[in-house]
Amino acid sequence: MSDQSLSPVQASSTLWIALRSRSLILGLVLTLTFVAAALISFVWVPYDITTLDIANKIKGPSALHWLGTDHYGRDILSMIMQGARTSIAVAVLAVGIGMLIGVPLGLWAAARRGSLLDEVIMRTNDLVFAFPSLLIAVMITSAFGPSATNAIIAIGIFNIPVFARLTRSSALSLWQRDYILAARVAGKGAARISWEHILPNITNMMIVQGTIQFSLGILAEAGLSYVGLGAQPPTASWGRMLADSQTFISFAPHMALFPGLAILLTVLGLNLMGDGLRDLFDPKLRRGRT
Amino acid sequence: MGANCPGMLRVRHLDGRGVSSDDDPGFAAGHGPMYRTGNSPNVGKNRENDMIAKISAAGLASVLALTLTTGAAFAQKTDLTLGLQLEPPNLDPTSSAAGAIDQVVYSNIFEGLTRFGPDGSINPGLAKSWDISDDGLTYTFHLVEGAKFHDGTDFEATDVKFSLDRARADDSTNAQKPLFAGIASVDVVDPATVKVTLSAPDGAFPFKMAWGDAVIVAPESIDGIANTPVGTGAFKFSKWVQGDSVTMVKNPDYWGTPAELDSATIKFISDPTAAFAAVMAGDVDAFGAFPAPENLPQFEADPRFKVLIGSTEGETILAMNNGRPPFDNKLVREAVAHAINRQEIIDGAMFGYGTPIGTFFAPHNPDYVDLTGLSEYDPEKAKALLEEAGVTLPLRVKMTLPPPSYARRGGEIVAAELRAVGIEAQIENVEWSQWLETTFKGAHDYDLTIISHTEPMDIGIYANPEYYFQYNNPDFQKLMADLNLTTDAAKRSEMLKQAQTILAEDYVSGFMFELPMQTVANAKIEGLWVNQPTQAADLTAVHWVD
Repeated sequence: MSDQSLSPVQASSTLWIALRSRSLILGLVLTLTFVAAALISFVWVPYDITTLDIANKIKGPSALHWLGTDHYGRDILSMIMQGARTSIAVAVLAVGIGMLIGVPLGLWAAARRGSLLDEVIMRTNDLVFAFPSLLIAVMITSAFGPSATNAIIAIGIFNIPVFARLTRSSALSLWQRDYILAARVAGKGAARISWEHILPNITNMMIVQGTIQFSLGILAEAGLSYVGLGAQPPTASWGRMLADSQTFISFAPHMALFPGLAILLTVLGLNLMGDGLRDLFDPKLRRGRT
Repeated sequence: MGANCPGMLRVRHLDGRGVSSDDDPGFAAGHGPMYRTGNSPNVGKNRENDMIAKISAAGLASVLALTLTTGAAFAQKTDLTLGLQLEPPNLDPTSSAAGAIDQVVYSNIFEGLTRFGPDGSINPGLAKSWDISDDGLTYTFHLVEGAKFHDGTDFEATDVKFSLDRARADDSTNAQKPLFAGIASVDVVDPATVKVTLSAPDGAFPFKMAWGDAVIVAPESIDGIANTPVGTGAFKFSKWVQGDSVTMVKNPDYWGTPAELDSATIKFISDPTAAFAAVMAGDVDAFGAFPAPENLPQFEADPRFKVLIGSTEGETILAMNNGRPPFDNKLVREAVAHAINRQEIIDGAMFGYGTPIGTFFAPHNPDYVDLTGLSEYDPEKAKALLEEAGVTLPLRVKMTLPPPSYARRGGEIVAAELRAVGIEAQIENVEWSQWLETTFKGAHDYDLTIISHTEPMDIGIYANPEYYFQYNNPDFQKLMADLNLTTDAAKRSEMLKQAQTILAEDYVSGFMFELPMQTVANAKIEGLWVNQPTQAADLTAVHWVD
């Protein structure tokens, strides 16, 4: 096997390991289902959810409405598809914010390890980390008004320290490696080393963590919408669907069941996928890769 | 919950006629948000001491109650727990606008010279009768004798003078000062007689004296009234566990027909799901103004419960800001009026409970004019009107929604209906305090909002150009001013009808429906009010039957 790049044999073995991991497959299938539902909702949904149909309210699942209708007669399947869009958009952007700010901060702190800067960055992160994340979200959304954008910012902020910490700790161990030493001897600056040698080596870990954070982001979005601080009506949102269905649970359980299942299955899928990816990227299986 | 936050400000204008009385008796409770507007009497530095005293008294009372109950193990149940959605900020109805206060204390703890009956009629209260002088300027009230305040002091004419003078004083924080504005002087004739002189004849004076804001308080107990209400009613205040409940016990020295219950607890449960669970589990015996209409069929189907559907004085409207574009244009307002489908809103938001209205007037009032035809659902006409108004479509506006479900749910339906004619109403859900701050008071920074005005006979609020409607029509203002000076019943009726027509023809607000009063109770409870002529949960006649 070559030490420089992934050989065809190795690539197929990676794929084989991936396929053998049932949790990864299941996770991928679940996640892709919801991503597909969200993408399809841009071009087609069974019913337009901005038009209400009061005459057909609170109908159970039927051939016309596969998952039934809600208290305004809206099609629950359509709402779940569009809700997936909201959840995924909020979670992706929130994780994006966390990564874009957290990873560079972590790299910077690791490059200047032990310095005052390192202390300032990491203690600030600790501060944000120690603050109950949902409380930050509630504070931000109540200060600037409830909206999907503010929910994204709120969830994004508490993703920053997660990525900053993980990046710094992974980078610190890499900084001790001989090849980094070699790079330093060759005269490369800390920024260049971070970019060329550290970052590529922690990418896998970031992807795994990103998957986990993504599922937490979906949960957080649902939680914020549930208390009315997420996306505002008429934008569909799983959390608000749950909140709306509360008083109907005793006679129309389908109204709560399906959005609840959507949240459960998506989060489960993402977690399984994260676990699977972690197995896949296990250092023991990364022989030969730099 | 309804709302009336608006009711709480004193900008209203009363015209003062009684409410119609041909309806079922009704239980009250509440529809008002019970937020106050800043004039809250202070909560008192003695509060902690009071609390301790109260708690020990309550402890003693419960020991006593326990002894009594054991003695009569198989007797009829004599206590009741009533659920209400909103907790009052304090317990002084004479210094605060919060409707939640009246819901707890009106008629139970505090009484006025007159009182609302369950049907909205005006009945004698602490005044057993009154004479009106021929010129209509002097009311001589003959007070009941032998009445005592809960602290043991006698109820006398001086207390009436104290209460009325306090309410109309310049520094008074009474939320309904217009009720007392017509009073020129209050004179004590003898301990059982009070003479009230008015500056102009006012046939509605007894109606005004029935309001919760006009109850009689005593100078001896006024300082602690916000936390320890001392009145003359059939129930004595026992304790207030903040955030949970208020407990009252039967007043053994009551001057009139004594209460049937030995004790009554009013428990505050704001969450509709929790309210449903509390009733189902029997944690509360009845729930006034049940917040989730979708659950009512379940209670109806359950033999353990009964559901009382009555009327309130709550006109639920889609208020439009007449003071700024685009709703300063009558054509746009008219378009909105034709775009909204009342029946769909009633079915969707209220699960069929509610009476459509076409103007700002209670449909059960004999002077009501059915003007729903002026604003019938006609999306095509709405589109044409918008075109005529020359606005750019889609017209983007903001719809601010307070917490009650009629507003939140109604808002989503209205937004969908408006979208269908080209008006994009962006929904903003806000809490009561925020709604009061931004929409109702101050800058009136809103385009559309949904609210129920639950005060009786409050059409006069449209005569106030400063009110959050920002509606400034001198003709209407003159009509209301004239109405106040008119005593002839037929003329008044004519003027009220004219006022309703002006509002409907000006499309000032989107008039949606009259808020229903929905009470869920254990099937064995009798005597609850079905309707809500004023904000009250009068428990004095409530009792258990087999």
